[in-house]
Amino acid sequence: MTAKQNTTSDFPGQIEELPGGGIVLSKLDDIINWARSNSLWPLTFATSCCGIEYMAVAGAKYDFSRFGFEVARATPRQADVIIIAGTIVNKMAPVLKRLYDQMADPKYVIAMGACAISGGPFFYNTYSVVKGADHIIPVDVYVAGCPPRPEALLHALISLQQKIKAGLTREQIRTGKE
Amino acid sequence: MSKELLKFRITELLPTATFDDSGEWLNVELTAAEWPTLAGALCKDSHLALDYMFCLTCIDWKTHLTMVYHMTSTSFRHSVVVKVKLDRDKPEVVSVSKCWRTAEFHEREVYEMFGVNFLHHPDLRLLILPDGWEGKNPLRKDFEDPINMIRL
Repeated sequence: MTAKQNTTSDFPGQIEELPGGGIVLSKLDDIINWARSNSLWPLTFATSCCGIEYMAVAGAKYDFSRFGFEVARATPRQADVIIIAGTIVNKMAPVLKRLYDQMADPKYVIAMGACAISGGPFFYNTYSVVKGADHIIPVDVYVAGCPPRPEALLHALISLQQKIKAGLTREQIRTGKE
Repeated sequence: MSKELLKFRITELLPTATFDDSGEWLNVELTAAEWPTLAGALCKDSHLALDYMFCLTCIDWKTHLTMVYHMTSTSFRHSVVVKVKLDRDKPEVVSVSKCWRTAEFHEREVYEMFGVNFLHHPDLRLLILPDGWEGKNPLRKDFEDPINMIRL
């Protein structure tokens, strides 16, 4: 038996060295998570100024396509991740819920900026703002800022990828299957 | 047209009008009773040609309400601001949607947010707020919503 060696970069598994080459031993779940995390299609969804930063991250300067997020979809049925970029008001809440419900599993949510986290500057003295998008749908990653810097959103996207690679999806946890 | 000329022409149309020209635009200050006469004259007057209303809103001063109308002329590029003082307990003013069509939905917004009753409005109902908000005016300073509001 030859010495096992971990694969390079973040590909899951170990290399089994054999004469004339080698094979990689891994778990299918890990490979699926690895593949999934590197191609996350975000929903084209923004409700206020965080959307401008989101667009900046999509643009050439910050360019989230470097990490596999470039295929922004205008329909929830083809999207994997929804970035809540902006204030959610009471009238928008059922729309957000419906968009989330229409997304296929596995699906992920990033709450971008103070409004999506807690209502932000609209926490006090307002009749119309939802005090945090997690009152409506479950959130995987929170990004602080008002609005967050593009680098912060990139960090959140990479954090989401690490979260996916690290283990079970929410769907897997819910159904109790590994 | 300069502020002085605007003032002159508006005084011809409504001799009781009072002015405040300290700002960028000429302000015309009126009572609710004077406004329908002047509005009718302003939108028809070919010298002023105020054919575009670009803002219609309301201010709650706690003691009274003020309706604010911004009109401009697309041919002469001059603007006039009209401010109409209203009674806070029974705010009523005549609708100007016949003169400036855009006022139709602006007035609906002021109606739902401040509770101003626009007389002779063709379709006075809520614009943005969902059903059930009739009579509650969220942009009034003393508005309270025990369910959705967290007081600072």
